Amino acid sequence: MATTTKVIPQRRRSWFALMRSSPRTAIGAVVLSIIVLAAVFAEAISPYPPNQQNLRNRLQPPSAEHLLGTDHFGRDVLSRIIYGGRVSLQVGFIAVGIALAVGGLMGLLAAFYGRWVDSTVSFFVDVLLALPGFLLALAIVAALGPSLTNVMIAVGIANVPQFARITRSAVLQVIEMDFVTAAHAAGSRDQRIMFKHVVPNSLSPVIVQVTLSLAGAILAAAGLSFLGLGAQPPTAEWGSMLNSARPFIRDAHWAVTFPGLAIVVTVLALNMVGDGLRDALDPRRRD
Amino acid sequence: MIKYILRRILLLIPILLGVTVIVFGIMFLTPGDAAILMLGENAPQAELEALRERLGLNEPAHVQYGMWLVRVVQLDFGRSTRSGRPVTGEIVARLPATVELALLATLLSIAIGVPLGVLSATRPNTAVDHTATVLAFGGLAMPVFWQGLIMILLFALVLDWLPPSGKLGGWQYYVLPTITLGTSAIAAITRMTRATMLETLSQDYVRTARSKGVRQRSITYRHALRNAMIPIVTVIGLQFGALLSGAVITETIFSWPGIGRLAIDAIRSKDFPVVQGVVMTFALMYAVVNLVTDVLYAYLDPRLKTRYS
Repeated sequence: MATTTKVIPQRRRSWFALMRSSPRTAIGAVVLSIIVLAAVFAEAISPYPPNQQNLRNRLQPPSAEHLLGTDHFGRDVLSRIIYGGRVSLQVGFIAVGIALAVGGLMGLLAAFYGRWVDSTVSFFVDVLLALPGFLLALAIVAALGPSLTNVMIAVGIANVPQFARITRSAVLQVIEMDFVTAAHAAGSRDQRIMFKHVVPNSLSPVIVQVTLSLAGAILAAAGLSFLGLGAQPPTAEWGSMLNSARPFIRDAHWAVTFPGLAIVVTVLALNMVGDGLRDALDPRRRD
Repeated sequence: MIKYILRRILLLIPILLGVTVIVFGIMFLTPGDAAILMLGENAPQAELEALRERLGLNEPAHVQYGMWLVRVVQLDFGRSTRSGRPVTGEIVARLPATVELALLATLLSIAIGVPLGVLSATRPNTAVDHTATVLAFGGLAMPVFWQGLIMILLFALVLDWLPPSGKLGGWQYYVLPTITLGTSAIAAITRMTRATMLETLSQDYVRTARSKGVRQRSITYRHALRNAMIPIVTVIGLQFGALLSGAVITETIFSWPGIGRLAIDAIRSKDFPVVQGVVMTFALMYAVVNLVTDVLYAYLDPRLKTRYS
Protein backbone atom coordinates (compact mmCIF):
# COMPACT_ATOMS: atom_id res chain seq x y z
CA MET A 1 0.00 0.00 0.00
CA ALA A 2 2.72 2.41 1.03
CA THR A 3 4.65 1.86 -2.17
CA THR A 4 1.71 2.78 -4.39
CA THR A 5 0.85 6.00 -2.56
CA LYS A 6 0.93 8.74 -5.14
CA VAL A 7 2.62 11.85 -3.87
CA ILE A 8 0.71 14.89 -4.95
CA PRO A 9 3.08 17.78 -5.50
CA GLN A 10 2.05 20.49 -3.06
CA ARG A 11 2.45 23.65 -5.00
CA ARG A 12 2.15 26.48 -2.55
CA ARG A 13 0.35 29.21 -4.38
CA SER A 14 0.86 32.74 -3.28
CA TRP A 15 -2.05 34.73 -1.93
CA PHE A 16 -1.73 37.08 -4.88
CA ALA A 17 -1.90 34.29 -7.44
CA LEU A 18 -5.02 32.94 -5.77
CA MET A 19 -6.68 36.35 -5.96
CA ARG A 20 -5.82 36.75 -9.62
CA SER A 21 -7.04 33.32 -10.64
CA SER A 22 -10.34 33.68 -8.82
CA PRO A 23 -12.05 37.05 -9.02
CA ARG A 24 -14.79 35.82 -6.72
CA THR A 25 -12.28 35.17 -3.93
CA ALA A 26 -10.67 38.55 -4.58
CA ILE A 27 -13.97 40.41 -4.29
CA GLY A 28 -14.78 38.51 -1.10
CA ALA A 29 -11.38 39.32 0.40
CA VAL A 30 -11.65 43.03 -0.44
CA VAL A 31 -15.16 43.32 1.00
CA LEU A 32 -14.10 41.42 4.09
CA SER A 33 -11.09 43.69 4.61
CA ILE A 34 -13.34 46.74 4.42
CA ILE A 35 -15.69 45.25 7.02
CA VAL A 36 -12.82 44.36 9.34
CA LEU A 37 -11.23 47.81 8.98
CA ALA A 38 -14.58 49.51 9.62
CA ALA A 39 -15.04 47.43 12.76
CA VAL A 40 -11.53 48.18 14.03
CA PHE A 41 -11.74 51.90 13.37
CA ALA A 42 -15.40 52.25 14.34
CA GLU A 43 -14.73 55.24 16.61
CA ALA A 44 -12.98 57.13 13.82
CA ILE A 45 -15.37 56.53 10.94
CA SER A 46 -18.86 56.29 12.37
CA PRO A 47 -20.61 59.65 12.11
CA TYR A 48 -22.35 59.41 15.52
CA PRO A 49 -21.88 57.47 18.77
CA PRO A 50 -23.87 54.24 18.40
CA ASN A 51 -26.14 54.85 21.37
CA GLN A 52 -26.69 58.59 21.01
CA GLN A 53 -30.44 59.11 21.13
CA ASN A 54 -32.31 61.98 19.59
CA LEU A 55 -36.00 61.54 20.18
CA ARG A 56 -36.93 64.46 17.94
CA ASN A 57 -35.20 62.67 15.09
CA ARG A 58 -37.01 59.34 15.40
CA LEU A 59 -37.46 57.07 12.36
CA GLN A 60 -36.00 59.55 9.87
CA PRO A 61 -35.47 58.22 6.33
CA PRO A 62 -31.94 58.20 4.89
CA SER A 63 -30.65 61.73 4.34
CA ALA A 64 -27.38 63.63 4.08
CA GLU A 65 -27.14 63.83 7.87
CA HIS A 66 -28.09 60.20 8.50
CA LEU A 67 -27.00 58.24 5.44
CA LEU A 68 -28.99 55.14 6.42
CA GLY A 69 -31.69 56.92 8.43
CA THR A 70 -32.44 56.72 12.15
CA ASP A 71 -34.21 54.15 14.34
CA HIS A 72 -37.05 54.47 16.84
CA PHE A 73 -34.78 56.17 19.37
CA GLY A 74 -33.36 58.55 16.78
CA ARG A 75 -30.07 56.66 16.76
CA ASP A 76 -28.01 56.74 13.56
CA VAL A 77 -28.44 53.38 11.76
CA LEU A 78 -25.12 53.60 9.90
CA SER A 79 -23.13 54.17 13.10
CA ARG A 80 -24.89 51.29 14.80
CA ILE A 81 -24.17 49.00 11.85
CA ILE A 82 -20.46 49.90 11.98
CA TYR A 83 -20.29 49.18 15.71
CA GLY A 84 -22.45 46.10 15.23
CA GLY A 85 -19.84 44.72 12.84
CA ARG A 86 -17.37 44.82 15.70
CA VAL A 87 -19.69 42.70 17.86
CA SER A 88 -20.51 40.23 15.10
CA LEU A 89 -16.88 39.67 14.09
CA GLN A 90 -15.84 39.31 17.71
CA VAL A 91 -18.58 36.79 18.44
CA GLY A 92 -17.76 34.89 15.27
CA PHE A 93 -14.03 34.70 16.00
CA ILE A 94 -14.42 33.68 19.63
CA ALA A 95 -17.09 31.08 18.86
CA VAL A 96 -14.99 29.57 16.07
CA GLY A 97 -11.92 29.79 18.31
CA ILE A 98 -13.70 27.69 20.94
CA ALA A 99 -14.83 25.20 18.31
CA LEU A 100 -11.35 25.03 16.80
CA ALA A 101 -9.61 24.52 20.14
CA VAL A 102 -12.00 21.89 21.48
CA GLY A 103 -12.94 20.17 18.21
CA GLY A 104 -9.43 20.35 16.79
CA LEU A 105 -7.91 18.76 19.87
CA MET A 106 -10.59 16.05 19.92
CA GLY A 107 -10.01 15.24 16.26
CA LEU A 108 -6.24 15.24 16.67
CA LEU A 109 -6.30 12.89 19.66
CA ALA A 110 -8.89 10.62 18.01
CA ALA A 111 -6.87 10.20 14.84
CA PHE A 112 -3.49 9.99 16.56
CA TYR A 113 -4.34 7.44 19.22
CA GLY A 114 -7.17 5.59 17.46
CA ARG A 115 -8.80 2.68 19.31
CA TRP A 116 -10.92 3.67 22.31
CA VAL A 117 -9.99 7.36 22.09
CA ASP A 118 -11.26 7.43 18.54
CA SER A 119 -14.49 5.60 19.32
CA THR A 120 -15.19 7.82 22.33
CA VAL A 121 -14.63 11.01 20.37
CA SER A 122 -16.64 9.73 17.42
CA PHE A 123 -19.54 8.83 19.65
CA PHE A 124 -19.48 12.23 21.30
CA VAL A 125 -19.39 13.92 17.90
CA ASP A 126 -22.29 11.79 16.64
CA VAL A 127 -24.34 12.75 19.69
CA LEU A 128 -23.67 16.46 19.13
CA LEU A 129 -24.53 16.06 15.46
CA ALA A 130 -27.86 14.45 16.37
CA LEU A 131 -29.15 17.96 16.89
CA PRO A 132 -28.93 20.52 14.09
CA GLY A 133 -26.26 23.08 15.10
CA PHE A 134 -28.50 26.07 15.62
CA LEU A 135 -30.93 24.08 17.78
CA LEU A 136 -28.06 22.83 19.94
CA ALA A 137 -26.85 26.41 20.38
CA LEU A 138 -30.42 27.48 21.14
CA ALA A 139 -30.79 24.82 23.84
CA ILE A 140 -27.47 25.79 25.42
CA VAL A 141 -28.33 29.49 25.48
CA ALA A 142 -31.74 28.62 26.88
CA ALA A 143 -30.01 26.91 29.78
CA LEU A 144 -27.21 29.42 30.37
CA GLY A 145 -29.43 32.45 30.01
CA PRO A 146 -29.50 35.21 27.39
CA SER A 147 -26.21 37.08 26.92
CA LEU A 148 -23.60 37.64 24.27
CA THR A 149 -20.98 35.61 26.16
CA ASN A 150 -23.32 32.65 26.39
CA VAL A 151 -24.03 32.94 22.66
CA MET A 152 -20.31 32.65 21.94
CA ILE A 153 -20.06 29.55 24.14
CA ALA A 154 -23.19 27.99 22.65
CA VAL A 155 -22.29 28.65 19.02
CA GLY A 156 -18.75 27.48 19.77
CA ILE A 157 -19.95 24.15 21.18
CA ALA A 158 -22.38 23.72 18.30
CA ASN A 159 -19.44 23.99 15.89
CA VAL A 160 -17.21 21.51 17.74
CA PRO A 161 -18.32 18.41 15.74
CA GLN A 162 -17.35 19.89 12.36
CA PHE A 163 -13.85 20.70 13.56
CA ALA A 164 -13.43 17.35 15.27
CA ARG A 165 -14.42 15.54 12.08
CA ILE A 166 -12.32 17.60 9.72
CA THR A 167 -9.22 17.54 11.91
CA ARG A 168 -9.62 13.81 12.45
CA SER A 169 -9.74 13.02 8.75
CA ALA A 170 -6.91 15.44 7.93
CA VAL A 171 -4.70 13.96 10.65
CA LEU A 172 -5.53 10.41 9.60
CA GLN A 173 -4.11 11.20 6.18
CA VAL A 174 -0.98 12.84 7.54
CA ILE A 175 -0.03 10.13 10.06
CA GLU A 176 0.16 7.63 7.19
CA MET A 177 3.02 9.64 5.68
CA ASP A 178 6.59 8.42 5.82
CA PHE A 179 7.95 11.38 7.75
CA VAL A 180 5.67 10.59 10.67
CA THR A 181 6.83 6.99 10.69
CA ALA A 182 10.38 8.29 10.54
CA ALA A 183 9.77 10.57 13.51
CA HIS A 184 8.34 7.65 15.47
CA ALA A 185 11.33 5.53 14.53
CA ALA A 186 13.72 8.29 15.56
CA GLY A 187 12.16 8.14 19.01
CA SER A 188 10.33 11.47 19.09
CA ARG A 189 7.77 11.83 21.81
CA ASP A 190 4.07 11.75 20.85
CA GLN A 191 3.54 15.38 21.75
CA ARG A 192 6.42 16.51 19.59
CA ILE A 193 5.27 14.45 16.63
CA MET A 194 1.74 15.78 16.99
CA PHE A 195 2.55 19.45 17.17
CA LYS A 196 5.77 19.59 15.12
CA HIS A 197 4.90 17.21 12.30
CA VAL A 198 1.22 16.34 12.17
CA VAL A 199 -0.54 19.59 13.00
CA PRO A 200 1.30 21.86 10.54
CA ASN A 201 0.61 19.40 7.74
CA SER A 202 -3.09 19.02 8.51
CA LEU A 203 -3.95 22.70 8.53
CA SER A 204 -5.33 23.32 5.02
CA PRO A 205 -8.80 21.80 5.41
CA VAL A 206 -9.04 23.26 8.90
CA ILE A 207 -8.35 26.78 7.64
CA VAL A 208 -11.08 26.43 5.04
CA GLN A 209 -13.46 25.24 7.73
CA VAL A 210 -12.56 28.23 9.91
CA THR A 211 -13.61 30.65 7.16
CA LEU A 212 -16.86 28.84 6.41
CA SER A 213 -17.66 28.35 10.10
CA LEU A 214 -17.12 32.06 10.73
CA ALA A 215 -19.92 32.78 8.28
CA GLY A 216 -22.18 30.24 9.97
CA ALA A 217 -21.29 31.44 13.46
CA ILE A 218 -22.08 35.05 12.59
CA LEU A 219 -25.44 33.99 11.13
CA ALA A 220 -26.26 31.84 14.15
CA ALA A 221 -25.22 34.51 16.66
CA ALA A 222 -27.27 37.16 14.88
CA GLY A 223 -30.20 34.74 14.82
CA LEU A 224 -29.98 34.16 18.56
CA SER A 225 -29.74 37.90 19.19
CA PHE A 226 -32.73 38.40 16.92
CA LEU A 227 -34.67 35.99 19.13
CA GLY A 228 -33.67 38.12 22.12
CA LEU A 229 -31.26 35.51 23.49
CA GLY A 230 -27.98 37.20 22.62
CA ALA A 231 -26.91 40.82 22.69
CA GLN A 232 -29.20 42.85 24.94
CA PRO A 233 -30.32 46.42 24.24
CA PRO A 234 -28.88 48.95 23.86
CA THR A 235 -25.87 47.04 22.43
CA ALA A 236 -25.55 47.73 18.72
CA GLU A 237 -25.66 44.22 17.25
CA TRP A 238 -27.10 43.38 13.83
CA GLY A 239 -29.54 40.70 14.98
CA SER A 240 -30.87 42.65 17.94
CA MET A 241 -31.11 45.82 15.81
CA LEU A 242 -33.42 43.91 13.47
CA ASN A 243 -35.46 42.64 16.38
CA SER A 244 -35.95 46.05 17.99
CA ALA A 245 -36.70 47.83 14.70
CA ARG A 246 -39.17 45.16 13.65
CA PRO A 247 -42.34 46.78 15.06
CA PHE A 248 -41.62 49.90 13.00
CA ILE A 249 -40.98 48.11 9.73
CA ARG A 250 -44.00 49.61 7.98
CA ASP A 251 -42.92 53.21 8.59
CA ALA A 252 -39.16 52.87 8.79
CA HIS A 253 -37.99 49.89 6.78
CA TRP A 254 -34.39 51.19 6.66
CA ALA A 255 -33.78 50.29 10.30
CA VAL A 256 -34.53 46.67 9.32
CA THR A 257 -33.23 46.61 5.76
CA PHE A 258 -29.69 47.87 6.30
CA PRO A 259 -28.57 45.84 9.34
CA GLY A 260 -29.82 42.74 7.49
CA LEU A 261 -27.87 43.73 4.39
CA ALA A 262 -24.77 44.08 6.56
CA ILE A 263 -25.18 40.45 7.67
CA VAL A 264 -25.76 39.27 4.09
CA VAL A 265 -22.69 41.09 2.76
CA THR A 266 -20.42 39.85 5.57
CA VAL A 267 -21.55 36.24 5.30
CA LEU A 268 -21.38 36.37 1.51
CA ALA A 269 -17.80 37.70 1.61
CA LEU A 270 -16.73 35.01 4.09
CA ASN A 271 -18.33 32.29 1.97
CA MET A 272 -16.64 33.56 -1.19
CA VAL A 273 -13.23 33.61 0.49
CA GLY A 274 -13.83 30.18 2.04
CA ASP A 275 -14.88 28.67 -1.29
CA GLY A 276 -11.87 30.18 -3.02
CA LEU A 277 -9.50 28.85 -0.36
CA ARG A 278 -11.05 25.41 -0.60
CA ASP A 279 -10.62 25.31 -4.35
CA ALA A 280 -7.04 26.49 -4.04
CA LEU A 281 -6.02 24.14 -1.23
CA ASP A 282 -7.83 21.01 -2.41
CA PRO A 283 -5.86 19.50 -5.28
CA ARG A 284 -8.90 17.54 -6.48
CA ARG A 285 -10.92 20.69 -6.95
CA ARG A 286 -8.23 22.46 -8.91
CA ASP A 287 -9.19 22.82 -12.54
CA MET B 1 -32.46 -4.43 3.00
CA ILE B 2 -34.54 -5.01 6.15
CA LYS B 3 -31.35 -6.08 7.88
CA TYR B 4 -29.68 -2.83 6.84
CA ILE B 5 -32.56 -0.72 8.13
CA LEU B 6 -32.68 -2.60 11.43
CA ARG B 7 -28.95 -2.10 11.85
CA ARG B 8 -29.33 1.63 11.32
CA ILE B 9 -32.15 1.79 13.88
CA LEU B 10 -30.07 -0.10 16.44
CA LEU B 11 -27.17 2.31 15.92
CA LEU B 12 -29.54 5.21 16.60
CA ILE B 13 -30.38 4.10 20.13
CA PRO B 14 -27.06 4.96 21.83
CA ILE B 15 -26.94 8.29 19.97
CA LEU B 16 -30.42 9.26 21.13
CA LEU B 17 -29.53 8.19 24.66
CA GLY B 18 -26.55 10.52 24.40
CA VAL B 19 -28.88 13.32 23.35
CA THR B 20 -31.08 12.69 26.40
CA VAL B 21 -27.99 13.10 28.61
CA ILE B 22 -27.21 16.43 26.93
CA VAL B 23 -30.79 17.68 27.12
CA PHE B 24 -31.13 16.65 30.74
CA GLY B 25 -27.66 17.96 31.58
CA ILE B 26 -28.25 21.35 30.01
CA MET B 27 -31.42 21.92 31.96
CA PHE B 28 -29.99 20.38 35.12
CA LEU B 29 -27.07 22.81 35.09
CA THR B 30 -29.33 25.79 34.57
CA PRO B 31 -28.90 28.33 37.30
CA GLY B 32 -32.07 28.77 39.35
CA ASP B 33 -34.37 26.51 41.28
CA ALA B 34 -37.19 24.80 39.40
CA ALA B 35 -39.41 24.92 42.48
CA ILE B 36 -38.99 28.68 42.84
CA LEU B 37 -39.60 29.07 39.10
CA MET B 38 -42.90 27.22 39.44
CA LEU B 39 -44.23 28.70 42.66
CA GLY B 40 -42.65 32.14 42.59
CA GLU B 41 -40.03 33.79 44.80
CA ASN B 42 -42.40 34.46 47.67
CA ALA B 43 -43.75 30.96 48.12
CA PRO B 44 -43.51 29.63 51.69
CA GLN B 45 -40.44 27.52 52.44
CA ALA B 46 -42.51 24.45 53.38
CA GLU B 47 -44.40 24.47 50.09
CA LEU B 48 -41.16 24.82 48.10
CA GLU B 49 -39.66 21.92 50.00
CA ALA B 50 -42.73 19.76 49.40
CA LEU B 51 -42.59 20.48 45.67
CA ARG B 52 -38.86 19.71 45.52
CA GLU B 53 -39.54 16.42 47.23
CA ARG B 54 -42.40 15.63 44.84
CA LEU B 55 -40.31 16.49 41.74
CA GLY B 56 -37.34 14.55 43.06
CA LEU B 57 -35.15 17.64 43.07
CA ASN B 58 -33.44 16.53 46.28
CA GLU B 59 -32.13 13.32 44.71
CA PRO B 60 -28.59 13.09 43.29
CA ALA B 61 -28.15 13.94 39.58
CA HIS B 62 -27.95 10.40 38.23
CA VAL B 63 -31.09 9.35 40.10
CA GLN B 64 -32.92 12.38 38.74
CA TYR B 65 -31.73 11.56 35.24
CA GLY B 66 -32.86 7.97 35.62
CA MET B 67 -36.31 8.99 36.80
CA TRP B 68 -36.56 11.53 34.00
CA LEU B 69 -35.39 9.05 31.36
CA VAL B 70 -37.90 6.41 32.42
CA ARG B 71 -40.67 8.94 31.85
CA VAL B 72 -39.18 10.29 28.60
CA VAL B 73 -39.01 6.80 27.10
CA GLN B 74 -42.76 6.64 27.71
CA LEU B 75 -43.01 10.02 25.93
CA ASP B 76 -43.81 11.81 29.18
CA PHE B 77 -41.93 15.07 29.54
CA GLY B 78 -43.88 16.21 32.57
CA ARG B 79 -46.07 19.27 32.74
CA SER B 80 -45.45 22.72 31.39
CA THR B 81 -44.53 25.02 34.28
CA ARG B 82 -46.43 27.81 32.51
CA SER B 83 -49.71 26.25 31.42
CA GLY B 84 -49.69 23.24 33.73
CA ARG B 85 -50.72 21.00 30.82
CA PRO B 86 -48.77 17.85 29.83
CA VAL B 87 -45.84 18.78 27.58
CA THR B 88 -46.43 15.86 25.23
CA GLY B 89 -49.97 17.04 24.54
CA GLU B 90 -48.78 20.55 23.70
CA ILE B 91 -46.13 19.19 21.34
CA VAL B 92 -48.51 16.78 19.61
CA ALA B 93 -51.01 19.60 19.08
CA ARG B 94 -48.41 21.80 17.41
CA LEU B 95 -46.26 19.24 15.62
CA PRO B 96 -48.40 19.00 12.44
CA ALA B 97 -47.95 22.71 11.66
CA THR B 98 -44.15 22.37 11.83
CA VAL B 99 -44.07 19.15 9.81
CA GLU B 100 -46.32 20.72 7.18
CA LEU B 101 -44.06 23.73 6.86
CA ALA B 102 -40.83 21.69 6.82
CA LEU B 103 -42.16 19.27 4.20
CA LEU B 104 -43.42 22.06 1.96
CA ALA B 105 -40.09 23.86 2.22
CA THR B 106 -38.21 20.62 1.44
CA LEU B 107 -40.39 19.93 -1.59
CA LEU B 108 -39.92 23.50 -2.78
CA SER B 109 -36.15 23.33 -2.37
CA ILE B 110 -35.93 20.04 -4.29
CA ALA B 111 -38.30 21.25 -7.00
CA ILE B 112 -36.21 24.36 -7.61
CA GLY B 113 -32.72 23.34 -6.49
CA VAL B 114 -32.26 20.13 -8.49
CA PRO B 115 -33.41 21.46 -11.90
CA LEU B 116 -31.50 24.70 -11.38
CA GLY B 117 -28.32 22.78 -10.52
CA VAL B 118 -28.74 20.51 -13.55
CA LEU B 119 -29.34 23.51 -15.79
CA SER B 120 -26.21 25.14 -14.39
CA ALA B 121 -24.04 22.05 -14.83
CA THR B 122 -25.15 21.32 -18.39
CA ARG B 123 -24.40 24.88 -19.43
CA PRO B 124 -21.27 25.71 -17.42
CA ASN B 125 -19.98 29.28 -17.54
CA THR B 126 -22.99 30.64 -19.38
CA ALA B 127 -25.30 33.43 -18.24
CA VAL B 128 -27.69 30.80 -16.82
CA ASP B 129 -24.90 29.22 -14.78
CA HIS B 130 -23.61 32.53 -13.47
CA THR B 131 -27.09 33.71 -12.50
CA ALA B 132 -27.78 30.45 -10.66
CA THR B 133 -24.45 30.70 -8.85
CA VAL B 134 -25.07 34.28 -7.76
CA LEU B 135 -28.57 33.37 -6.56
CA ALA B 136 -27.24 30.37 -4.67
CA PHE B 137 -24.51 32.37 -2.93
CA GLY B 138 -27.06 35.02 -2.03
CA GLY B 139 -29.49 32.42 -0.69
CA LEU B 140 -26.81 30.88 1.50
CA ALA B 141 -25.86 34.24 3.00
CA MET B 142 -29.43 35.34 3.66
CA PRO B 143 -30.43 35.18 7.33
CA VAL B 144 -33.86 33.56 7.68
CA PHE B 145 -35.03 36.26 10.08
CA TRP B 146 -34.13 39.13 7.78
CA GLN B 147 -35.55 37.48 4.68
CA GLY B 148 -38.80 36.82 6.53
CA LEU B 149 -39.13 40.46 7.56
CA ILE B 150 -38.33 41.74 4.06
CA MET B 151 -40.89 39.35 2.53
CA ILE B 152 -43.54 40.56 4.99
CA LEU B 153 -42.66 44.17 4.19
CA LEU B 154 -42.77 43.63 0.43
CA PHE B 155 -45.59 41.15 -0.17
CA ALA B 156 -47.85 41.86 2.78
CA LEU B 157 -47.40 45.48 3.78
CA VAL B 158 -46.45 47.22 0.51
CA LEU B 159 -48.07 45.07 -2.18
CA ASP B 160 -50.79 43.63 0.06
CA TRP B 161 -50.86 40.33 -1.85
CA LEU B 162 -50.47 37.94 1.06
CA PRO B 163 -51.23 37.88 4.78
CA PRO B 164 -48.25 38.99 6.93
CA SER B 165 -48.53 36.20 9.49
CA GLY B 166 -50.68 33.57 11.14
CA LYS B 167 -52.17 30.32 9.91
CA LEU B 168 -55.89 30.78 9.56
CA GLY B 169 -56.36 28.31 6.70
CA GLY B 170 -56.04 29.01 3.00
CA TRP B 171 -52.95 28.56 0.89
CA GLN B 172 -52.08 32.26 1.14
CA TYR B 173 -50.81 31.75 4.67
CA TYR B 174 -48.31 29.12 3.53
CA VAL B 175 -46.58 31.07 0.75
CA LEU B 176 -44.29 33.44 2.64
CA PRO B 177 -43.20 31.05 5.44
CA THR B 178 -42.49 28.24 2.94
CA ILE B 179 -40.35 30.44 0.68
CA THR B 180 -38.55 32.00 3.65
CA LEU B 181 -37.77 28.63 5.17
CA GLY B 182 -36.85 26.97 1.87
CA THR B 183 -34.45 29.59 0.47
CA SER B 184 -31.19 28.44 2.03
CA ALA B 185 -32.03 24.81 1.20
CA ILE B 186 -32.73 25.79 -2.43
CA ALA B 187 -29.31 27.42 -2.54
CA ALA B 188 -27.48 24.49 -0.94
CA ILE B 189 -29.18 21.92 -3.17
CA THR B 190 -28.48 23.98 -6.30
CA ARG B 191 -24.77 24.20 -5.44
CA MET B 192 -24.46 20.50 -4.64
CA THR B 193 -26.40 19.41 -7.73
CA ARG B 194 -24.23 21.57 -9.95
CA ALA B 195 -20.98 20.29 -8.45
CA THR B 196 -21.83 16.58 -8.58
CA MET B 197 -23.44 16.83 -12.01
CA LEU B 198 -20.28 18.45 -13.37
CA GLU B 199 -18.33 15.55 -11.95
CA THR B 200 -20.55 12.76 -13.28
CA LEU B 201 -20.89 14.43 -16.68
CA SER B 202 -17.14 14.10 -17.13
CA GLN B 203 -17.15 10.36 -16.37
CA ASP B 204 -16.23 7.77 -18.96
CA TYR B 205 -19.64 6.15 -19.00
CA VAL B 206 -21.20 9.45 -19.97
CA ARG B 207 -18.73 9.78 -22.84
CA THR B 208 -19.54 6.21 -23.87
CA ALA B 209 -23.25 6.94 -23.83
CA ARG B 210 -22.68 10.06 -25.87
CA SER B 211 -20.49 8.28 -28.41
CA LYS B 212 -23.06 5.58 -29.00
CA GLY B 213 -25.60 8.25 -29.80
CA VAL B 214 -27.76 8.45 -26.69
CA ARG B 215 -29.82 11.61 -26.67
CA GLN B 216 -28.55 14.44 -24.46
CA ARG B 217 -31.75 14.49 -22.39
CA SER B 218 -31.35 10.84 -21.61
CA ILE B 219 -27.66 11.27 -20.78
CA THR B 220 -28.40 14.12 -18.41
CA TYR B 221 -31.25 12.53 -16.54
CA ARG B 222 -30.70 8.76 -16.79
CA HIS B 223 -26.93 8.47 -16.78
CA ALA B 224 -25.63 11.52 -14.97
CA LEU B 225 -28.36 12.67 -12.58
CA ARG B 226 -29.13 9.20 -11.30
CA ASN B 227 -25.48 8.78 -10.31
CA ALA B 228 -25.26 12.28 -8.91
CA MET B 229 -28.27 11.66 -6.67
CA ILE B 230 -26.33 10.18 -3.73
CA PRO B 231 -24.52 13.36 -2.67
CA ILE B 232 -27.64 15.34 -3.51
CA VAL B 233 -29.73 13.16 -1.20
CA THR B 234 -27.09 13.67 1.51
CA VAL B 235 -27.44 17.41 1.19
CA ILE B 236 -31.23 17.19 1.26
CA GLY B 237 -30.98 15.20 4.49
CA LEU B 238 -28.54 17.68 6.02
CA GLN B 239 -30.66 20.56 4.85
CA PHE B 240 -33.59 19.12 6.75
CA GLY B 241 -31.61 19.77 9.91
CA ALA B 242 -31.05 23.35 8.82
CA LEU B 243 -34.77 23.54 8.04
CA LEU B 244 -35.68 22.52 11.58
CA SER B 245 -33.38 25.27 12.86
CA GLY B 246 -34.89 27.72 10.41
CA ALA B 247 -38.38 26.65 11.43
CA VAL B 248 -37.78 28.01 14.92
CA ILE B 249 -37.10 31.48 13.53
CA THR B 250 -39.60 31.32 10.67
CA GLU B 251 -42.41 30.28 13.01
CA THR B 252 -41.52 33.10 15.37
CA ILE B 253 -41.61 35.72 12.61
CA PHE B 254 -44.81 34.51 10.97
CA SER B 255 -46.63 33.60 14.21
CA TRP B 256 -46.86 30.04 12.90
CA PRO B 257 -48.37 27.73 15.54
CA GLY B 258 -45.65 25.05 15.40
CA ILE B 259 -43.24 23.57 17.92
CA GLY B 260 -40.47 26.02 16.96
CA ARG B 261 -42.51 28.93 18.23
CA LEU B 262 -43.51 26.83 21.22
CA ALA B 263 -39.80 26.37 22.00
CA ILE B 264 -39.05 30.09 21.83
CA ASP B 265 -42.04 30.98 24.00
CA ALA B 266 -40.94 28.31 26.47
CA ILE B 267 -37.35 29.57 26.55
CA ARG B 268 -38.56 33.11 27.19
CA SER B 269 -40.71 32.01 30.11
CA LYS B 270 -38.16 29.49 31.43
CA ASP B 271 -40.60 26.65 30.88
CA PHE B 272 -37.91 23.96 30.86
CA PRO B 273 -40.02 20.79 30.54
CA VAL B 274 -41.40 22.19 27.27
CA VAL B 275 -37.91 23.15 26.06
CA GLN B 276 -36.67 19.64 26.81
CA GLY B 277 -39.64 18.08 25.07
CA VAL B 278 -39.28 20.17 21.93
CA VAL B 279 -35.51 19.64 21.71
CA MET B 280 -35.99 15.86 22.01
CA THR B 281 -38.73 16.01 19.37
CA PHE B 282 -36.41 17.86 17.00
CA ALA B 283 -33.65 15.31 17.62
CA LEU B 284 -36.07 12.47 16.93
CA MET B 285 -37.33 14.08 13.71
CA TYR B 286 -33.78 14.67 12.54
CA ALA B 287 -32.86 11.07 13.36
CA VAL B 288 -35.82 9.75 11.36
CA VAL B 289 -34.91 11.91 8.37
CA ASN B 290 -31.30 10.75 8.52
CA LEU B 291 -32.53 7.18 8.66
CA VAL B 292 -34.70 7.74 5.58
CA THR B 293 -31.69 9.32 3.85
CA ASP B 294 -29.57 6.28 4.63
CA VAL B 295 -32.24 3.93 3.32
CA LEU B 296 -32.53 6.01 0.16
CA TYR B 297 -28.78 5.64 -0.29
CA ALA B 298 -29.10 1.90 -0.27
CA TYR B 299 -31.87 2.18 -2.83
CA LEU B 300 -29.82 4.53 -5.04
CA ASP B 301 -26.51 2.73 -4.61
CA PRO B 302 -26.87 -0.98 -5.32
CA ARG B 303 -23.38 -1.59 -3.94
CA LEU B 304 -24.64 -0.80 -0.44
CA LYS B 305 -27.67 -3.02 -0.88
CA THR B 306 -25.67 -6.09 -1.85
CA ARG B 307 -23.35 -5.68 1.11
CA TYR B 308 -26.20 -6.23 3.55
CA SER B 309 -28.35 -8.74 1.69
